[in-house]
Amino acid sequence: MREIILIKLGEMVLKGLNRKGFDSVLRKNIARRLKAAGRFDIREAQSTIYITPAEGEAADMDAACGIISKIFGLASFTRACEVEKDLSAIMAASETYLGAELSQAATFKVECKRSDKRFPLKSPEICAQVGGFLLSKFHGLKVDVENPDFTVYVEIRDFAAYVHGTALRGAGGIPVGTGGKACVLISGGIDSPVAAWMMAKRGVELTAVHFASPPYTSERAEQKAVDLLRRVGRYAGSMTMYTVPFAKIQEEIKEKCPQDIYTVIMRRFMMKAAQAIALKEGCSALVTGESLGQVASQTIQAIACTNAAAGIPVLRPLIGMDKIDIINIANKIDTYELSILPYEDCCTIFTPKHPRTRPVLKYVLKAEEALDCGVLLEDCLSHVKTTKIYPDV
Amino acid sequence: MGEIYFDNSSTTKVCRESAEKVAEMLTENYGNPSSLHTLGFRAERAMEAAREKVAAVLSARTDEVFFTSGGTESNNMALFGAAESGAKRGRHIVSTMVEHPSVLKVMKRLEQKGFSVTYIRPDANGEISAEQVSSAVRPDTVLVSMMLVNNEVGSIMPAAAAAAAIKAKKAPALLHVDAVQAFGKLPFSPAKLGADLMSVSSHKIHGPKGSGALYIKKGVHIAPLTYGGGQEKDVRPGTESTPLIAGFGAAAGALPDIREEYAAMAELNGYCREKLLGIGGITINSPGDALPYILNFSMEGVRAETMLHFLSQKEIYVSSGSACSKGRKSHVLTAMGLDGRRIDSSLRLSFSRFNTKGEVDVFTDTLKEGLSHISHM
Repeated sequence: MREIILIKLGEMVLKGLNRKGFDSVLRKNIARRLKAAGRFDIREAQSTIYITPAEGEAADMDAACGIISKIFGLASFTRACEVEKDLSAIMAASETYLGAELSQAATFKVECKRSDKRFPLKSPEICAQVGGFLLSKFHGLKVDVENPDFTVYVEIRDFAAYVHGTALRGAGGIPVGTGGKACVLISGGIDSPVAAWMMAKRGVELTAVHFASPPYTSERAEQKAVDLLRRVGRYAGSMTMYTVPFAKIQEEIKEKCPQDIYTVIMRRFMMKAAQAIALKEGCSALVTGESLGQVASQTIQAIACTNAAAGIPVLRPLIGMDKIDIINIANKIDTYELSILPYEDCCTIFTPKHPRTRPVLKYVLKAEEALDCGVLLEDCLSHVKTTKIYPDV
Repeated sequence: MGEIYFDNSSTTKVCRESAEKVAEMLTENYGNPSSLHTLGFRAERAMEAAREKVAAVLSARTDEVFFTSGGTESNNMALFGAAESGAKRGRHIVSTMVEHPSVLKVMKRLEQKGFSVTYIRPDANGEISAEQVSSAVRPDTVLVSMMLVNNEVGSIMPAAAAAAAIKAKKAPALLHVDAVQAFGKLPFSPAKLGADLMSVSSHKIHGPKGSGALYIKKGVHIAPLTYGGGQEKDVRPGTESTPLIAGFGAAAGALPDIREEYAAMAELNGYCREKLLGIGGITINSPGDALPYILNFSMEGVRAETMLHFLSQKEIYVSSGSACSKGRKSHVLTAMGLDGRRIDSSLRLSFSRFNTKGEVDVFTDTLKEGLSHISHM
């Protein structure tokens, strides 16, 4: 008897001929991420991935489950007890392995799936036998097939039998790396980490760009972006963060352009700088945390002006979301507490008191003529710093 | 030129004498002072030697010095202890609006516990008058707590006036003085000030962090915050941190003559003030008669945090009156009635005996450079 983790795949099982590619990326992701919890054997059969602690190795199963719950592409997973395909072994396992849950429950039922048809008993017979045995072992426990407190699952598969309780929901989505590559603009606020997470959930591999404006912003503001990305990395995996020095550009805009369109012009520079890095990194799109109407620079007219600076698609997964829903996700992925640390970031300095909410591109372009855009961009791009980001768990 | 450290009111670099002492205590003289054997005895002697040195700076008796983990713990012990002991005689406390958070937050807690606290407001220079103190003390006042030197602007508080007021009103009050910023920098003694309790800290005088002391006047009893194995006469039980205590003692022993050093610092401060005022657009926030170790000023139109980071890039380290537009503004400058822009642009320089006029020159030159480079608010 040993403990293993069984994983059921998510919506990728709906894929047709591409299925194989998705499978191999997912297995690689699982293998890479599980290294933090010990050594495991990973194999796949019958639409299920089996995670087994490597022979003779002490593996941290709690940590492994924590990691697996954050890997995209999984519908559900469960810890299970692996036993030989023998009824008395199955009974013994269900009593000991699920004892804690059964003694807490008032009612239960047994469900069985027999994919190995050579096993002598049929599913209903297995259920009846195991259920009867458990009734005799746990006093006061009753059977309720409609609405039980706890369900004992018995699976008779090719290699062995498995006994487990209710499976946990996986992170859903599709495996990171199967959806191409995109570059996320990460500030330090609440929104951009959520946007990054949402795109990773759709299989996108991430690269990050952070704009730092020393001396107007501090080392702690940049560290905050790193810390946020490490949290996102629990789901999205490792990535590279490019830090772009942005103070010079911001000073120039402030000095030479009309105050009320300062933010729009600044964001256009961000798009251009991020795009240059994205293309070098092989990314097909940019990702931002913009949400329509949230602030003056996120009105539809302002976004139109900003968008015109980018040639590649700009993905805005939060565009139609309310702040409260964004905060809910930020809490779920554990970035909210970090996001609200009060450090000045590049988006909050020099912000005008009365920004134009409906900027017109024609005038924005005209205002930009006062700047030597090409030189400014080239200058900041030649001083970019790279930081390797690893998941923090 | 290497780094320039003008943030000595935050913490100081540990002096050589102290660092060597700490290392010795960690690796050689590592016994528990409560142990009966020779190693224990030696550790106890080292600790008592440190007590003598700290007592000497305070002109106090050695049995009036109790070691703690630092200023915050000393303040908490003194205030909660004195309030609990005094609660039978009255429920009124006097303090000021410019105390350190480790006093102000204790006051808030004591208010929740049923005490009423009078907070004295400073004038625009951050100073409090003897009259203000004497009118705040009432016959039912059980505790007066006042810092000797304000940590942000350096103003010197009339602690002696508080002692006189307590006497005049025949109040049953104990006087607590938070002397963390004054210790080793101003010639004073708790006895002459009339203080019953006084907090001091090691890391503001080139000793290690995590060490400090509470002076408790002979005959004064306060209720302890923690209970344990009898160390520090049960006022502050727990195995003593002998390395940090001995390091504190060594730092206290290495202090130069306080009056001579004060004169040297007054000259450095005066030099710096003059150079700052020569720049233009700069307002000094520290009063003229402040402790010369501290110099607070505001710049016209430049956010303090930006200037702080600019100076930091040049390895010049200072402190600012407010952290960030989202952060909290200094409660001291706010209580002084300064407007928001002056607070947002305020920097604090705090000197030590290791600073020089040459460093002030580099600092003021770099500040000028920053003022012309940094975009204004």
